[in-house]
Amino acid sequence: MKNTFSIGGVHPNDSKISADCAIEVLPAPKTVYISMAQHLGGPAKAIVAPGDKVKTGQVIGEPTAFISAYVHSSVSGTVKSVGLRKDLAGIPVIHVEIDVEGDEWMEGIDTSDRLVTEIPQDKSFIIDRIKNNGVVGLGGATFPTNVKLCPPPDKKAEVLILNGAECEPYLTSDYRIMLEKSEQIVIGAALMKKVLGVERTVIGIEENKPKAIEAMKKAVSSLKAVSGDYSGIEVMTLKKKYPQGGEKQLIDAVMHRQVRSMGLPIDVGAVVQNVATSLAVYDAVQKNRPIVDNTVTVTGDCFSRQSNLLVRVGTPVSYIIDYLGGVPEKAVKVVSGGPMMGKAIANLDAATLKGTSSVLFLTEEQTKRKPQSNCIRCGKCADACPMGLEPFLLNKLAKNGMMDELEANAVQDCIECGCCLYSCPANIPLLDVIRLAKGDVIRIIRSRTAPKK
Amino acid sequence: MDKLLVSPSPHIHSRTSTSSLMLDVVIALMPVTIVSVLFYGWPEILVLCVSIVSCVALEYLITRFMLKKKPAVSDFSAVVTGILLALNLPSTTPWWVVFIGAVIAIGVVKMTFGGLGQNLFNPAIAGRVFLLLSFPTYMTNWASTGGFIKATDAVSGSTLLGILKEEGINAVAGTDYLNMLFLNTGGSAGELSAIAVIIGFIYLLARKVIKPYITLSILVTVFVFAGIFWLVNPTEYADPLFHLLTGGILLGSVFMATDYVTSPMSNLGGIIFGIGIGVITMVIRLFGAYPEGVSFAILIMNMTVPLINRFCHQKKYGRA
Repeated sequence: MKNTFSIGGVHPNDSKISADCAIEVLPAPKTVYISMAQHLGGPAKAIVAPGDKVKTGQVIGEPTAFISAYVHSSVSGTVKSVGLRKDLAGIPVIHVEIDVEGDEWMEGIDTSDRLVTEIPQDKSFIIDRIKNNGVVGLGGATFPTNVKLCPPPDKKAEVLILNGAECEPYLTSDYRIMLEKSEQIVIGAALMKKVLGVERTVIGIEENKPKAIEAMKKAVSSLKAVSGDYSGIEVMTLKKKYPQGGEKQLIDAVMHRQVRSMGLPIDVGAVVQNVATSLAVYDAVQKNRPIVDNTVTVTGDCFSRQSNLLVRVGTPVSYIIDYLGGVPEKAVKVVSGGPMMGKAIANLDAATLKGTSSVLFLTEEQTKRKPQSNCIRCGKCADACPMGLEPFLLNKLAKNGMMDELEANAVQDCIECGCCLYSCPANIPLLDVIRLAKGDVIRIIRSRTAPKK
Repeated sequence: MDKLLVSPSPHIHSRTSTSSLMLDVVIALMPVTIVSVLFYGWPEILVLCVSIVSCVALEYLITRFMLKKKPAVSDFSAVVTGILLALNLPSTTPWWVVFIGAVIAIGVVKMTFGGLGQNLFNPAIAGRVFLLLSFPTYMTNWASTGGFIKATDAVSGSTLLGILKEEGINAVAGTDYLNMLFLNTGGSAGELSAIAVIIGFIYLLARKVIKPYITLSILVTVFVFAGIFWLVNPTEYADPLFHLLTGGILLGSVFMATDYVTSPMSNLGGIIFGIGIGVITMVIRLFGAYPEGVSFAILIMNMTVPLINRFCHQKKYGRA
């Protein structure tokens, strides 16, 4: 039996049409716009002013809170402005605008292709490099990696799980780096394994990527021959089922443990990192190279120039699209991320972030919602929910404002994977309603547990 | 492209729709329907046509003119009700009796509760039971009056369960089960050919329209219940296979008890629901006044569905 999560899940067509496109370097645009809100938590504070000369990899934003991260210039050039600019969703956030001049990197950054396999033995050195180079989780949530790698002293990590599931349809950026940067990813895993002090590291990959599984296995065995720091790393084949790469689902699939409601993976001894994050950790620690670029899949059935591009952080989405021949005629929606959990882009002039994994074009036929009809109580939403919730019930409770019942029926556990809405034959906007109710219930729970003034 | 479409995730849909599910049920009903048309001939075609047309027309007219909403007859649910009602009626049923059945099924049981998804009882069964209580003579005459194919034995107007009830076990001794599996001598559509129903069941499972829990728990319960009595006293009680292959148990457990709207949502709830139907069916068959009890059993268990749903939930992640 293949490893998979135990509850629910759906099987959308994986549509990995850009899988065979090798990563191509996108030339830097004339101007980049680097957001100070690249990560979960407090936005960084810009420390450059208009007129300043910056080099590639230079710090331009400093963390403002415990959960926050450094932001680096992705290009060399002159700061033109620091101010509000609309992000992908159309919300104004602070961006640093830089006019690109050449490509001069900061001193101390190793820009060569030389593979550094030796694992530093000093944990604080590794953590400092990860923090100073602005590494955040690239699997979607962009949570600062250094924070995740330093669990509270009363919690002990047992297994490091590397997420190479890439269960969202269309996305191939993780797949490409697993093929092209296999060894770097394994070295990144060994670095995080060292920091966490865990024996076992599992790289989970869905069965629909046999070449990636083979490449990663090869990289693991060749590195195991190099040093003992690579022992305990294994590749695990996972069943193709969405959302296999959901953090809680992946822990269930790999460790057969379930994180309790409102809990964190570390409660069951798990730390989950994306393979792209692992690559960023390698660059940060072994090369002292901050995140200045990332792999972006540009794809869609209506799009002819399928691509996996290495894009400098802060490149306007419209620049990427124009480079590949413009928005396809039949596209009505452009999504940043996958079709199940990605966000629809409201502003094509907005710039990419560290965590931007794809630009996906969808046609009206693919994405237009059909008018909703009566619930026929088929229970398909409940069968699909990977958290074992009953979306049909939550939908009704939410519409009647029944907060206590919503909490009792675990609306706060919803991971917003979209399986319910995806499977509903009556086209009821289940997740739309549940997402709002979840926010309300979590606020109520927080206000109850918050210390009294 | 002038404007970008912006909406919350997910951005794609499985494309499963109410009408595609209902169409699958119609397809799954085809083997049974074809067998009963072959067996009963033109009268059966008439009953089917009257039933389907009445159900669809009533749903359309009531939605349009009484509820003043946009009719949703394109979802095929009224077609399913129409076919199921017809398959539960003898081919000798007069057209106006069929029509009354449709009025009860769609007009009273389905639409008064608010239409698709809102009804408490299975419309087709409620319609059938209403006719059975109101027109018992029409409803028990299963004689074939013009079939396209001839059954192996002489055709009688009574069902095997009826004969068992009236005349005792000796009268049904020597029943050929292999015959019942493929083409039985008489009775309602569901008991004409067990294979035809089973083909439909397999299709529904393969298309993931239904899950097996309800159907199997009914069949297992009937088998065990009948088996116990048969083991205790085989000279008085029929064997479990006889009970599985006669009456409406197969058709009811595959197509009627599994109706989404009137069955529990969770797997555990489905099993409890199925056991209840199995037990009530057998109690009626063995001790009740009627030879057959599947319809009553399903209607009775329909009433327990809200309660079952309240206490049986899916297994939640991380809350063991």
